[in-house]
Order: sequence, then structure tokens, then C-alpha cells
Amino acid sequence: MSTLTRSRTAPPRPGSRRIDGRGTVKRRASTPRLATTVLLLGALYCLIPVAWVVIASSKSPRELFTTFSFSPGSGFIDNLVSLNDYAGGQFWQWGLNSLLYAGVGALASTLVSAMAGYALAKFRFAGRDLLFAVILAGVLVPGIVLAVPQYLLLASVGIAGSYWSVLLPVIINPFGIFLCRVFAAAAVPDDTLEAARLDGASEVRIFGAIALPMMSQGLVTVFLLQFVGIWNNFLLPFIMLSDQSKYPVTLGLYTFLSKGAGDSDLYPLVIMGSAVSIIPLIILLLVLQRFWRADLLAGGLKG
Amino acid sequence: MTVTVARTPPLTDRPKPARRRSHRSSLVPWMFAAPAILFFVVFLIIPIGYSIYLSFRGFRVEGGGAFGRRVETWIGFDNYAAALTDPEFVAGLGRVLIYGVIAIPSVLGLALLFALLLDTPRVRARSFSRTAIFIPYAVPGVIASLLWGFLYLPSTSPVNFIARELGAGPLDFFGYPALYFSLANIALWSGVGFNMIIIYTSLRAIPSEIYEAARIDGANELQIAWRIKVPLVSPALVLTGLFSVIGTLQLYSEPATLRPMTTTISSTWVPLMKIYQEAFMNDNLGGAAAASVVLAGGILLFSLVLLRFFQRRTFGENS
Repeated sequence: MSTLTRSRTAPPRPGSRRIDGRGTVKRRASTPRLATTVLLLGALYCLIPVAWVVIASSKSPRELFTTFSFSPGSGFIDNLVSLNDYAGGQFWQWGLNSLLYAGVGALASTLVSAMAGYALAKFRFAGRDLLFAVILAGVLVPGIVLAVPQYLLLASVGIAGSYWSVLLPVIINPFGIFLCRVFAAAAVPDDTLEAARLDGASEVRIFGAIALPMMSQGLVTVFLLQFVGIWNNFLLPFIMLSDQSKYPVTLGLYTFLSKGAGDSDLYPLVIMGSAVSIIPLIILLLVLQRFWRADLLAGGLKG
Repeated sequence: MTVTVARTPPLTDRPKPARRRSHRSSLVPWMFAAPAILFFVVFLIIPIGYSIYLSFRGFRVEGGGAFGRRVETWIGFDNYAAALTDPEFVAGLGRVLIYGVIAIPSVLGLALLFALLLDTPRVRARSFSRTAIFIPYAVPGVIASLLWGFLYLPSTSPVNFIARELGAGPLDFFGYPALYFSLANIALWSGVGFNMIIIYTSLRAIPSEIYEAARIDGANELQIAWRIKVPLVSPALVLTGLFSVIGTLQLYSEPATLRPMTTTISSTWVPLMKIYQEAFMNDNLGGAAAASVVLAGGILLFSLVLLRFFQRRTFGENS
């Protein structure tokens, strides 16, 4: 594939390329260069706000409003200290809460989804297709619309406002069940299950010791999807919680900003808090990227 | 090229293992599915049912004059009539639609473009670009809105700083119609990477021989992208489109976060803000429930139209 025509001076435009009479593709050389440029522009666009928050976290309240957005300030340590001191270290409490909600919630959700997906993929039973159809319909239910009735129901049993009120609703994840069904169907051979049954292994043991490890790569993906989903969730804790000490980071920063409207000294805290809370998550994402099997996700979509 | 689950045979056409297993207790699969069913019923079915029940309930004044009592009772479709004639709620629906019309095609279009560019031969800095564009996925919507909010805010915006230096007046990112684009930009920034990864991964699952054949036939990269790659990844496009529609119409945290920064965003700017206000501030649960049902119904309708439009078996053979 090296039939390139060089010496073209016109700017590379994808729409302007033509195939000549002999079927030779012209201006092939410009394609990767243009593609690289556009991708780097996209990368720049995605990194700018992150770069800004890191730089702005070093600005004192006065510098925030007077110096250029991307010139570093002198208040990094001060901001970090005041964030740390705010309401007796409440920010770190929020961080721990977020970790708890996202970590425990995603773990429980993944296990529940794995069990259901395994049952749907590896057993034939009356009502299976109906059950799967109902769960699939659940994918289409906009979760946020459920938050108000969920609050009312949890309030009626007296656990609204507790850790449970944020943890329990996120355990059900219809899309996770769908993915687990695909993973189980693909990764767990029927013959292996049969062999284990002939050896007299119990169904629970077969699932725990054989099926679960075989599905593990897909399960990591389900876990990460749900972890990020819970970590990013705002409306559910916003509706459920009233006690600030139970807030996740997102809700805590939101209340910071709402207060900051009347008190711009809080802005540097909001910015420092944002920087401190997204950097670990970005690092986590970069580290876990190799475990993130988007191909399973994309492949699963084809059924 | 990794082998994906895409090529596994359909699940339903496997009678053999089923027959072998037929002697086993049919309770086993239900046992495994039980926790999911329990949570599904408690946190999806019951809230939906409860919402529908509440949406037909309301307060009527019983007795006359100053001694009338407010009694909760069935009021039929009054709540729906009230919601659909409430100018704030209807205006909110309109705003979300405008926002969606801007945001959804931008997110999907740019995600598809980036995915196709990543899949172009001999592209440099591929993994850097892919990772950088994916990074905003790790940033919660509230924080994304916060970051962009400060980049929009006249006193901290770099655009306005430069405009000021050049002697130009401040740009208003929070005015109309700029606000729609400012909000859509946050959705674009947050969503493009995730959708790009899904589309890119399905692109990589396409056997490269197809492209070789097309190249020998004289197709250029643009034609290969448009005529071969795009149709082949359409299941991924439908799925990302579906999730974008559902996510977009639930718009809440972005305008709620930007609200302290501008007076343009009212306390009922989007339907969910109105629902929240009715439920928790005006103590009008019936009205909030009716509005929720209308919103959920609208989203469902939108999603089904989208699914029908593409007529593809995105969700496997059973749907």
C-alpha cells in the first residue's frame, strides 16, 4: 500500500480526496497526519480543564480572580491546609464515604449481576426469557426518575439518610446483568460445568470455584463501570442524605460551591477539593486501564 | 486482534446441554437469580408502581369554608393535567430537548470521528490521545460542571481574560442561547471518551482482511470508514446512542452545579429540578410523581423510537 502521490501542497481535506482512473488513492500520506492532528486537538480539549484545576488549586482567593487562568499562584499549601482544616477534616470523610459507596456498592452489584447473568446464561428454565426481557427493560428505565419514590419508600422503613439508603439502590444494575450473561455464555463452557456436576460438586461451589474465576475479566469491567457510575452519581445521595458527615465527595463539593456563591473565599476550597478528588480517580483509571476490557463490552453488544 | 464474545453462537439454540441437565432441580437458577430479582423488585418495580400510584393521588378540601380539611384521595388525571399545563415543567422539557438536540449528536458524532481516526493506519500518539480523551470519564458530572463553570465564569475564564487584554467585552457563556452550548460542551467533554472507546473497540474487532479487499478495489480511507466501518459498528452506535438519550434527558447535576454561578438558571430549569422542588419543597408528591411518570415515559418513548429506527438486535436475540 505505498502508492502515494506526494508533492501536494493543498491543505489536507478528507472530503477532497478522489480516486483516479487507475484506482490509485491520492493524498494517502496526508490521512495519518490529519488524523493525528485532530486526535491531539481532542486530547488537548480533554486535558485543559484538568490542567486548569491543578493550576488553579495553587491560587489564593485574590489571585483566582486577578491573574490569568493558567498562571500558577502562590497559595497551594494554604489552600491544602484550609481544605484539610475545613469542619475538622470533613473533606477526607467525604472521600472515605465516596470510596465506601462506590467500592462496596460496586462489589455487591457485581456479585449480584454475576449470579443472575450466570443463571440466565447457563440454565434453561421456565420463565427465563421473560425474566431476561424484564431485566433488559430495566436498562431503559431512567434511574434518576426513581430517586424520589426510592426516597419515600426508604423513608417509610426508616433508613432514608443512612449509609444503606445510598448503598442499596445501586446494587441492582440491569446493564451489568446483561453483560454478565454475555460473559458467562462466552467464558464458561457447559462441559466444564457438567464434569464438575458429575464429580458431585454443589451448585454453589461450581459457581464460586469454576464459573466466577472464568468470568473474572468481564466482571472487572462490570465492577469498574459500576464503580465510576456510583462515584459520579449525584442525585441519589443528594435526595437521600441530609447529614453532611455521610456525604460523598460530589455532594460535599456541591454544597461548598452553593455556599461559595456568597463567600468567594470558599472558591479556592472548591477548586482544591476538585483537584484532590479527581487526581486519584484519574490515576486509578490509568492503572486499571489494562484490566478494562472494553472489547468484551463492545463485543457483548452484538449478542 | 483479540477474539471477542461477538462470535459466540446464540444462547438459545443449544438444546443439548439442556436435555442433559433436565433432571436437575429447576430451583437452582432461581436461587442464583434471587438477589437480583429481589433488588430489581424493591428498587425498580415497587418505586415505579408507587410513583404511578402517587401520581393519581392528591389533596382535596373536604367540607366547606374555613373549616375545610385537606384529605388525600384519588384525583384521577388531575396531576397529569396540572403537570402538562404547568408552564415551568413544560418549559423545562423544552430546554432539555434543545439541549439534547445539541448534545447527543455532538457527543456521538465526535466519539465516532475520534474512534475512526484512532483506527486509521499509521496514526501517531495513538495511545496518548486515546487515554487523554478517555480521562474525563473519571471526572464526576458535578466536578466537570465545576471546572467548566470556572472556565465560563467571567472573572476566572481564560477566554475572557484574553478578550479583556485585547480590549473586547466579556463573553457571556451563561446567556441565551450560549447556555445550551455551554451545558452541551460539558456533556461532550464528559461523554466523548467513553463512547469513543466503545466504538473504537468494536472497530478493532472487524477483521482487517475486509479493509485489504476494499483497498485493492481502490477505496480510500474515507470510503472505507464511511461505507464499511460505520455500518459494521452500528450496534455499538445504537447502544451508545441509547445511553446518551437516557443520560441526557435526565439532565440535573450540571445545571444544578452551575446555578450558584449564574442567575440564568432558575430553580426549575430542567424537569428534574422541578420534580425535586415539588416533592421536597412544595410537599406536592402527587404532582412530582405525575411529572416523573411523564418524564420517564418520554425517555422510554424516545429510546424505543431510537431502537425501532435502527431495527437492530442490539441487545441480543431476546429483545
